[in-house]
Amino acid sequence: MPLVKGNTVVADDYVHLADDAELPADGAVLITAERFLADPEAALSRKDKTGVIWPNNRDVDDLLPHLDRLAAVALVFPVFRDGRAYTQARLLRERFKFRGELRAIGQVLRDQFVFMLRAGFDAFEVKKQSDADAFANVAKRYSVFYQPTGDGRITAFHRRLMHLPEGVRS
Amino acid sequence: MYAYDELDRTIVNERVSEFRDQVARRLSGELTEDEFKSLRLMNGVYLQLHAYMLRIAIPYGTLSSKQLRALAHVARKYDRGYGHFTTRQNIQYNWIKLAELPDALADLAKVGIHGMQTSGNCIRNVTSDQWAGVAPGEVEDPRIWAEILRQYSTLHPEFSFLPRKFKFAITASDHDRAAIKVHDIGLRIHRNAAGESGFEVLVGGGLGRTPFIAKTINEFVSHRDILSYVEAILRVYNQYGRRDNIYKARIKILVHELGIEKFKQEVEEEWVQMRDGALALDAAEVEDIRSRFFYPKYEKLSDTPDELKKALQNPNFEAWYKNSVAAHKAPGYGIVTLSLKPVGGPPGDATAEQMDEIADLAEKYSFGEIRVGHEQNLALPHVARRDLPALWRALDKIGVATPNVNLVTDIIACPGLDYCSLANARSIPIAQEITRRFANHDTANLIGRLHVNISGCINACGHHHVGHIGILGVEKNGEEFYQITIGGRADENAVLGHLVGPAVPFDQVADVIEDIVEAYLALRQRPDELFVDAVKRLGVEPFKERVYATR
Ligand code: HEM
Ligand code: SF4
Repeated sequence: MPLVKGNTVVADDYVHLADDAELPADGAVLITAERFLADPEAALSRKDKTGVIWPNNRDVDDLLPHLDRLAAVALVFPVFRDGRAYTQARLLRERFKFRGELRAIGQVLRDQFVFMLRAGFDAFEVKKQSDADAFANVAKRYSVFYQPTGDGRITAFHRRLMHLPEGVRS
Repeated sequence: MYAYDELDRTIVNERVSEFRDQVARRLSGELTEDEFKSLRLMNGVYLQLHAYMLRIAIPYGTLSSKQLRALAHVARKYDRGYGHFTTRQNIQYNWIKLAELPDALADLAKVGIHGMQTSGNCIRNVTSDQWAGVAPGEVEDPRIWAEILRQYSTLHPEFSFLPRKFKFAITASDHDRAAIKVHDIGLRIHRNAAGESGFEVLVGGGLGRTPFIAKTINEFVSHRDILSYVEAILRVYNQYGRRDNIYKARIKILVHELGIEKFKQEVEEEWVQMRDGALALDAAEVEDIRSRFFYPKYEKLSDTPDELKKALQNPNFEAWYKNSVAAHKAPGYGIVTLSLKPVGGPPGDATAEQMDEIADLAEKYSFGEIRVGHEQNLALPHVARRDLPALWRALDKIGVATPNVNLVTDIIACPGLDYCSLANARSIPIAQEITRRFANHDTANLIGRLHVNISGCINACGHHHVGHIGILGVEKNGEEFYQITIGGRADENAVLGHLVGPAVPFDQVADVIEDIVEAYLALRQRPDELFVDAVKRLGVEPFKERVYATR
């Protein structure tokens, strides 16, 4: 599955670890929420990066005690039209100030990139190679945004009030 | 009228270019129909019985003459010369070719119109009172808030993939013309004891398979807090709304399952954490939106000009005037409803010629503004009363002066089996037959206000649950049958109708409606006791007896 980060396709340094596979001493891993919650210390005391795959029907509040030590959180889109992870992403970024990698996994297609970026995702396991290749273009498809979200873009509301010239990108 | 600026226009244009790319990928086979489906739905494109159907938003029902001409142009150039106004302040086209959809949308984008969020599991086109801004006694113009909500909800990054569709409606009048109690969120602008205006927030209303009247979640949310409050509701819904069963996915089910108290607690717990954040609105922001609304410069005119007095001697004009002209907040002006319900016609249809002509008349007589109401009629919101006779003659010529607004022939109907792939039964021919039965204006007038609503299936696009008389098409052994309910209403006293008895076959529906109406005429206490009030007083029994005594 191609991974997009920083607008380009990059090599994925994380391994999705199966629940029955042994936790390796080094190397970046993504482990499931159950495994993580069963023994957070074991996962977090490794010397390499640990990330957790968080299902979209579980409160992200449960992650709060561990957030500053987690390198990555992967949120799941089981199907394109299931948008629960957008809410989780915004909560993690805006309310809980999570600064690690926020990764979208599952049915990740080009038509969601703009929404995902705005919700705070910064890494994308994209389903189709063609969508991954198109990422940079699709990401700049929209230049004006109405709603304030944690991505820090200036909204149309504020541009008007500040009389910013058209086409100013934040 | 709200004037789009460069920023609004940019979003619409960027959307069209995105959709053009999606259609190209579909046509080249890069996208399968299944993958394309959710993308096209996000732009109002359905695959229907005969062809793709395009649904275009008319936010809060306000159109300029220029915009209406663009709608006429699309009907003429890409469709078969007409469009269908729906119960959600949308217009639908039934015959547009997939390859031409992007061009049709690009033509509409030039006048700031689009199909965004007319479909799909997102916040749908925000609807409002079609008399907003002109109705006497209104607290303030609710369209300012509808516009703020429109901007807030357009391409919302968190709420574009909700469990199910999500509909807002907003009113600022005592008399609710926006049916807010059958929406996912209904907003009623009113004043609190301190005289400050704010919002009663209602949640969890809706029709369809499991109809519910919305419940009040908060009596008074201030201007400043309204966006954060609705965001808290949406966030709770996005996280906890059911996704396992599409019939249980609407917010009304979540509210029902949790109970309004528990639901409110969830919402307010979320709200306290965000109400002081970026969504808090300050007066300058609201003022900025308000300043983009253009209001006519009314002249000081007489309410009873000579032209009007003279014309009232003509009984045809008088009938139309009494039925179709409503009081306006500015003296000397009236709000004129244009009936899209001619006898024998499909409710809500307008031809390209009619749309063009109405656009011209709006320019001449209504400051270039037109309104679309959920009853599938149009209105000219600012007509000088001295111009009414001339306007009437012009409207009559194009067939939109039938004096039947709110009468038994002003029927709301979905397209049913004639166009809709989900239908169990026809709706349009039932409507046509009923309008023929009650074609005599004197009879209809004697009956008084009576709303007949028809849906071709349980999805309730024709709002049958809240019709004074509701007609629902069902299928029995491959034949069309119709369940009939009475006593529903969609206004400030909204209630769901009650079933009269067993479903009846297609060719008996109009007879049954006649029986019900006759029973009402015999039973009403006074000529001004409305049908719904009589049903409320008497219950279903006497009507049932009358209908089934001979069947
Ligand atoms: C022909 C294409 C149409 C299709 C495929 C369609 C589909 C649907 C479906 C599936 C629902 C049920 C959704 C739910 O509540 O869970 C629904 C509801 C509804 N539709 Fe349509 N519809 C169509 C046309 C229309 C038209 C022409 C109108 C207006 C005249 C309309 C207005 C509505 C309204 C008001 C509801 C009620 C939803 C509620 O309050 O809960 N639709 N439609
Ligand atoms: S009520 Fe049913 S038949 Fe009528 S338009 Fe809606 S889905 Fe189609």
